[in-house]
Amino acid sequence: MEVAQETLTAPAAKEAVELSGSQALLDALIIEGVDTIFGYPGGAIMPIYDALFDYKEKLNHILVRHEQGGIHAGQGYARTSGKVGVVFATSGPGATNLVTGLADAQIDSTPLVCITGQVFAHLLGTDAFQETDVINITTPVTKWNYQVTDATEIPEVIAKAFYIAKSGRPGPVLIDITKNAQIQKFDYKGYTKCDHIRSYRPNPIVRPQYIKEAAELINSAKKPFIIWGQGVILGSAEQEFKAFIEKSGIPSAWTILGAGAIPTDHPLNVGMLGMHGNYGPNVLTNECDVLIAIGMRFDDRVTGRLDKYAKQAKVIHLDIDPAEIDKNVKSTVPVWGDCKETLPLLTALVEGKNHTEWVKLFNEYTQKEYDAVIHAELNPTSPEMTMGEVIKQLNELTKGDAVIVTDVGQHQMVACRYATLNKTRSNITSGGLGTMGFALPAAIGAKFGAQERDVVAIIGDGGFQMTLQELGTIMQTGIDVKIIILNNKFLGMVRQWQELFNQRRYSFVDIQSPDFVAVAAAYGIAGRVINDRKDLPSALKQMMENKGSFLLEVMVTKENNVFPMVPQGCSVAEIRLK
Amino acid sequence: METQIDKQEFNITVYTENQIGLLNRIAIIFTRRKINIDSLNTSPSEIESIHRFNIVITESEDVVRKLCRQIEKQVEVLKVYYHTNEDVIWQELALYKVSTDVIAEKVSVERLLRENGARVVTLRKDYTVFETTGHREETDNLISILQPYGLIEFVRSARVAIIKDSEGFNSKLRDFERLEPGEDVIENEYLNKGDKVFTM
Repeated sequence: MEVAQETLTAPAAKEAVELSGSQALLDALIIEGVDTIFGYPGGAIMPIYDALFDYKEKLNHILVRHEQGGIHAGQGYARTSGKVGVVFATSGPGATNLVTGLADAQIDSTPLVCITGQVFAHLLGTDAFQETDVINITTPVTKWNYQVTDATEIPEVIAKAFYIAKSGRPGPVLIDITKNAQIQKFDYKGYTKCDHIRSYRPNPIVRPQYIKEAAELINSAKKPFIIWGQGVILGSAEQEFKAFIEKSGIPSAWTILGAGAIPTDHPLNVGMLGMHGNYGPNVLTNECDVLIAIGMRFDDRVTGRLDKYAKQAKVIHLDIDPAEIDKNVKSTVPVWGDCKETLPLLTALVEGKNHTEWVKLFNEYTQKEYDAVIHAELNPTSPEMTMGEVIKQLNELTKGDAVIVTDVGQHQMVACRYATLNKTRSNITSGGLGTMGFALPAAIGAKFGAQERDVVAIIGDGGFQMTLQELGTIMQTGIDVKIIILNNKFLGMVRQWQELFNQRRYSFVDIQSPDFVAVAAAYGIAGRVINDRKDLPSALKQMMENKGSFLLEVMVTKENNVFPMVPQGCSVAEIRLK
Repeated sequence: METQIDKQEFNITVYTENQIGLLNRIAIIFTRRKINIDSLNTSPSEIESIHRFNIVITESEDVVRKLCRQIEKQVEVLKVYYHTNEDVIWQELALYKVSTDVIAEKVSVERLLRENGARVVTLRKDYTVFETTGHREETDNLISILQPYGLIEFVRSARVAIIKDSEGFNSKLRDFERLEPGEDVIENEYLNKGDKVFTM
């Protein structure tokens, strides 16, 4: 392969040893610092698994129950550890089962290297057993992909894969390796990490004039407002971010993927943005004079109706990905670059201020929201439990130190709204793609990525049934993951929309569930179901104190709605409290 | 909805590594947004191992700019430019197959071909192949002229375009090959346009 040879530095002069492609692959993984692989074997990846048998001490392979579970676990691992998640799958159905996870990782910028087996090179295009065109199927949902048909390519290609996955705006990479290349022996001359690709610019150079312009805008602003996203976490720029907001005194709100970059109780953390975000951050987006977006991409769930979004404001957009600048919202000053680099430059130029009155306005909105929504959600008087009170009680037990993994739907919005997060890399959720079934496998991976931390998965009754086979992975590995199922016997978010916008025509949202506790028991996992509020504190305590995994099913009120809500097609200022 | 009035032909020039699968990676950037590619040409550039794509689409400048950024984001893409038709010199090549008998019998046909700048590529007993190069209207025009005389077959190439004010890619590429490239390479061309781009 011409490209790789040109773009990589020459391998260290070493005496060549004869290795198979599979051995070279595993050697590369070890040098890249990989310790955990999530995977599932099959015909076309058997030579790699055979080689793995000899690497068991160095590479911890987690056998999942489905390749989608494997890739979501890889995502969870990457999100808590900050490392590249590694996933193995076989050709054909094994590879196609990765597609949802690839799409999820692509839209949420999660670094992954996925290795798929492929049929022998001479069989490509013959409709061989378990052959699919994996490269073309995955092209739209990968940052980069490549098919290896010759073992000699493996060191360069794997080096490139890791470099691309983790550099710049991270993303998933898929390497498809034909079976002959896995078997083929070649003279392996060692592995050199990649740090440069001619055609690839992961980190745009920061232009001082834009930093200066941005600082001037911020210094002249009366009502500046910061909105931040996952870029702060991906760039490991939490400290730089905190220093910036504390010096500038600017109220700051987060997208759900940005949650936890600074602690929930930080005085300048004014809450969550978007469709089910907090009242103040949404309304005041349309009242601020300078909007400073940091490492976020103006997703439609954040902006609501775009032509009525922050039209009065001058926009400063800090992002590492030039394609995000002006994609959805026109910026007045574009600050391209890694925010770990740009934020300190900006902090140096901004004046130390306290926007006391302006921050107070956010607090007033918080109070309004508390009176109208939050109080009732967290302290319900009805006999049935709410999702919010479960999260509130959980906060008291975890003290905000746990990793919270959520699935998709009402419980996700409630958990993101109310969970206390003290640390970064504590909120693992499927944001951009909204993948139901994400949480259980992602929680398994999250725990492998942060074994010293408590990991609590919060899942709806619908989403849990999409990937519950991964209870088998928990059983076999003995990993300690706490699972809370918030069961409202509905596909709650769709039901909410049907109630609000489709005249309560509840079309196929009434979902029956098995006895989840019995299902867990079948996998040897302890569990408990509670219907009564008085059992909630003891049940949560029992769950957190249990040695090993625990499944707690909480029966919650059936027809509760998540509010506030920015209805689709409405401006953020039109956010509804009921 | 954008009005038709904003749309015009844009010539997108893409410099890439020569890599299998890259054509698909670039093409899906358009198809995903349901944008039709009017013309696509790809061939080795003046620089060894670097390929050049010429893509023609009809869209508004705002859309084209965003598309270019998405293309430039691809790992194996070195650089993307876009230009209106006024900013480029462009040509399409067309081949026409006509019965040789007709040409021989009708003097007017020969005259028409000459007037349209057609050149004989192959002359056989049964048929003759002519070629012309030019803009779409010019090659189209010759089709309608030849149609009454029994045009047997016609084919037209994709558009190739030279950028009027480009200094070529050689010097840029040298910067790309350094580990720490210069500022003008690392960032997108549009940044230099300042207000023109960012205050729409």
